[in-house]
Amino acid sequence: MNGMTMNAMNRRSLLAAFAAIPLLQSGCASWSAPAMEGSGDLGVVVERARGTLAIINTSRRELVAEVTGLGDLSHASVVFSRDARFAYVFGRDGALSKVDVLQRKLVARIMQAGNSIGGAISADGTLVAAQNYTPGGVKVFDAQTLELVADLPAEYAPGKLSRVIGLVDLPGRRFAYCLFDANEIWIADLSDVRKPKLTRLQNIGKSPYDALVTPNGRHYIAGLFGEDGLALVDLWEPEPRVRRILDGYGRGQEPLPVYKMPHLRGWAVAGRYAYLPAIGRHEVLVVDTQSWQEVGRIAVAGQPVFVIARPDGRQIWVNFAVPDYDSVQVIDTPTQKVVATLTPGKAVLHMEFTPRGEAVWISSRDDNRVSVIDTASLQTLAQLQIDAPSGIFFTSRAARLGF
Amino acid sequence: MLSDNTFPIKAGLWLCLAAGLVVTPVAAQQAPTREQTLIRMVRQDCGSCHGMHLTGGLGPALTPAALADKPVESLAATIYGGRTGTPMPPWKAMLSEAEATWIAQKLLAGFPQEVRK
Repeated sequence: MNGMTMNAMNRRSLLAAFAAIPLLQSGCASWSAPAMEGSGDLGVVVERARGTLAIINTSRRELVAEVTGLGDLSHASVVFSRDARFAYVFGRDGALSKVDVLQRKLVARIMQAGNSIGGAISADGTLVAAQNYTPGGVKVFDAQTLELVADLPAEYAPGKLSRVIGLVDLPGRRFAYCLFDANEIWIADLSDVRKPKLTRLQNIGKSPYDALVTPNGRHYIAGLFGEDGLALVDLWEPEPRVRRILDGYGRGQEPLPVYKMPHLRGWAVAGRYAYLPAIGRHEVLVVDTQSWQEVGRIAVAGQPVFVIARPDGRQIWVNFAVPDYDSVQVIDTPTQKVVATLTPGKAVLHMEFTPRGEAVWISSRDDNRVSVIDTASLQTLAQLQIDAPSGIFFTSRAARLGF
Repeated sequence: MLSDNTFPIKAGLWLCLAAGLVVTPVAAQQAPTREQTLIRMVRQDCGSCHGMHLTGGLGPALTPAALADKPVESLAATIYGGRTGTPMPPWKAMLSEAEATWIAQKLLAGFPQEVRK
């Protein structure tokens, strides 16, 4: 094939690709594209009420662009392409949007489900998977074109689909996820996307609400809403099986109301310990990742939602469910004590560390503000005016397993 | 489980009524600023499970169509007292019963949008 033919073909397939994306309408308003820059210090903030993605720069601590027209972004989450250039945005309304953070524009958008809750990208960067409530299951797309390459309905009984939560990427072209309605964990091996291989683990415990994979990709942990305890899978075992950890951590106590489901996604593993939100108690549970025994509990200001380790593991930052969501607490890991309580703004929904953790960005929905806080001095370095900010996602996630 | 039509909490509601607590579907009216607070609370905080547009998520959809067969008293009781065996918590620490009834009525009628500054 000579160069001419190839160019013509590329152009044709490019045109075809655009023709196939009727939803692609919005753009970048008046934002101008920069001449040349890296994407390593870029990130995005979800503006949940306006269906907009704010692109921010973490070195200059400023808003660089807004990409509009992304639909219902309540509970939207984002993963990044391996080159850290494209943000894949999973909208509540089932849309999957691909945003170029360098060109500052929407490049592809599909409606892939009726109600979606998040997604993951394979370690090799080729597959983007969406976890859906309606229709319950996982759909897998070509990361370049967003073409559907595998459909994995969460059919746990004939005709019955479960809502899917806790989707993570695993080493290899594999994903793990939980079936909320079926109390199961499924592991999908997409080495050959035409023949996905499913491993089904049953009776993991009642109502798994979210899950995480440890930084080494070895352990998958699902939190259980329906009972005290978590389900753990050692993925290095030849025949993965589920074992219960922290069984009955709240036994004998009346659980407090849980006004918002905690999130497990995002590592809360610091050194040999994992820090996990208790359900229905105002506590962070500390677990030894060697023995998987509870080694402590730390009393905190409310029902924890995100419990996230600073990348070096020295601190754990915790935010809370309503009505305690104006506060953020910092746990010092060597002493296992809360060392600071900050009030960066009303209704804190998310926190994201810069790649090496010298700063943390915190969204305060009801103050339309994102605060940048120095994690050593705890001083506020900057505040950005961003409309009803929720999730914050930095491109450094591109290189991290389970993000 | 989440989508069935039974409301086990209903019995509790009638006990409340018998005890003289007020849960009257017609009498619920809120001061304007409190109304805005409640609208925001439903859209944003209930929205974390039910969706900002109340089209459902981990919690069921709360659109008038989805709730068509649900009596206002049952909805109010669920909001106020939660639903045992599901993730729906009781909101009584943050709401009065009259407010729960007001929210239930508004959900059945089509929930108002937030007025944003």
